[in-house]
Amino acid sequence: MELFLNQVFSGLATGSIYAAVALAVVMIFLAIDHFNFAQGEMAMFSTFVCWALLDAGTPYWLAFILTIAFAFAFGVVIERVLFRPLHSAPVLSHIIAFLGLFFILNNGAGWIWDFTIKPMPSPFPEGSISGLISYHQIGMIGVVLVMLALLFVFFRFTSVGLAMRAAAQNPESARLCGISVGWMIALGWGMASAIGAVGGMLIAPVVFLEPNMMLGILLYGFAAAIVGGITNPAGAVAGGFMVGVLENLVGTYIPFVGSELKLTVALVLIVAVLMVKPSGLFGRTTVTRV
Amino acid sequence: MAALLEVADLSAYYGPTKVLHGISFSLDEGGITTILGANGAGKTTTLRALCGMVRSVGQVTLGGEAITGLATESVAKRGVAHVPEGRGTFTRLSTEENLRLGAISRRDRDGVEADLERMYGYFPRLRERRQQQAGTLSGGEQQMLAIARALMLRPRLMLLDEPSFGLAPLIVQEMFRILRRINEEEKVSMLLVEQNAALALDLADTAYLLETGRVAMSGPAKEIVADEQVRRSYLGY
Repeated sequence: MELFLNQVFSGLATGSIYAAVALAVVMIFLAIDHFNFAQGEMAMFSTFVCWALLDAGTPYWLAFILTIAFAFAFGVVIERVLFRPLHSAPVLSHIIAFLGLFFILNNGAGWIWDFTIKPMPSPFPEGSISGLISYHQIGMIGVVLVMLALLFVFFRFTSVGLAMRAAAQNPESARLCGISVGWMIALGWGMASAIGAVGGMLIAPVVFLEPNMMLGILLYGFAAAIVGGITNPAGAVAGGFMVGVLENLVGTYIPFVGSELKLTVALVLIVAVLMVKPSGLFGRTTVTRV
Repeated sequence: MAALLEVADLSAYYGPTKVLHGISFSLDEGGITTILGANGAGKTTTLRALCGMVRSVGQVTLGGEAITGLATESVAKRGVAHVPEGRGTFTRLSTEENLRLGAISRRDRDGVEADLERMYGYFPRLRERRQQQAGTLSGGEQQMLAIARALMLRPRLMLLDEPSFGLAPLIVQEMFRILRRINEEEKVSMLLVEQNAALALDLADTAYLLETGRVAMSGPAKEIVADEQVRRSYLGY
């Protein structure tokens, strides 16, 4: 029983990171209709910025806030410079651009900060609550939940949030209302990048900081987004927690999976959901008349 | 009366295909002008060209300011509200959110709240449905929502693309009554594109007749409605 609870709690903790990454992926998908394969590398790069700030003696939470600001600006710039000119290009051009960005960031981070593994400090105290869940895990879940609440308030109750939802839903009508859809997309990129950065900073103390740290996590993030429904931000978050718990339980209780085949679980999940329920658990089915 | 909108030699293209061939017209401040024509004559394209939604060349001036080639959102910010073909509803947002989007470029918070109440006064059905997802509204309600959303901009000029499309005759009549009231009470100028020529000529003071991207005839609505050929081709009697 204790093992079970332990696995569930740590699943929820890593699940919160998958949720953050999935949310970032969904935000970009809603804005431009494509999966951002470089989402994880953007988060990793921002996490390195946080590490560099900490290394220079910045207090943790100040570095945390500065990194979020950096990630936001970084996302906006990437959209303006790289994806704005591509906005009507075919899907393959987008994929190549995403892959290019992936490698640039991956190798860029290695070039600037070295490929060696670095320990990333946690802002939360060491130890755990009766061996079931560590303070860092509670902190991860807490920070992600706070971030989600802020996002909910932003989209629900502010006029910029409303304008962003309108721009994603019906760009032409949004323009007729005087909304600059291009800037809303850039803003979406900035926010997605910042959300990913929060995920990166929180998971780095667990997986250690190095340029490839987000590879597996992005895969779980994709799985979470697909499970939850790629068009539904709340679904993606729920999907993140579900995938986190599932990953742990399968790894613990199905002997041949163990920790080596865990990553396969994400891929199996993606394929299974796409075959059985392509719109995900909470997604909308879009019907097009032809 | 001074001209609010002046269009000179406006051509528009879909890709390499030219669909408007240098049309010119003007619209008086506070007036209602209608553009009539058969399917494919270029009525919708004219409205879309005014709003920068299709590639176009020519001169368009709004209240003396050139607006040719401006981005769609910039045209909207200058007080041109376009009620598009197909209504342009934000289907997954609530009725009230749709209305607030119409006013999103405005900064006068109190004015927006007051206008929201005014819209619910014009269209009581929208008040009943204010929290409902706009996509679940009936066609008539969505058309009213589209008109109300456009009015939330406090426009100087309203472009209406086939507001009667797909609606029951009674609802169409009610809508045209409200349009007339809005024009009289709020002094909003209107450019109306309509298939229903009889209704449009009844509401408008000036009419232009488009044929394959060119102005074939123009004049006061009363004269156009009396024209023998127009009666036969567009009014059916």
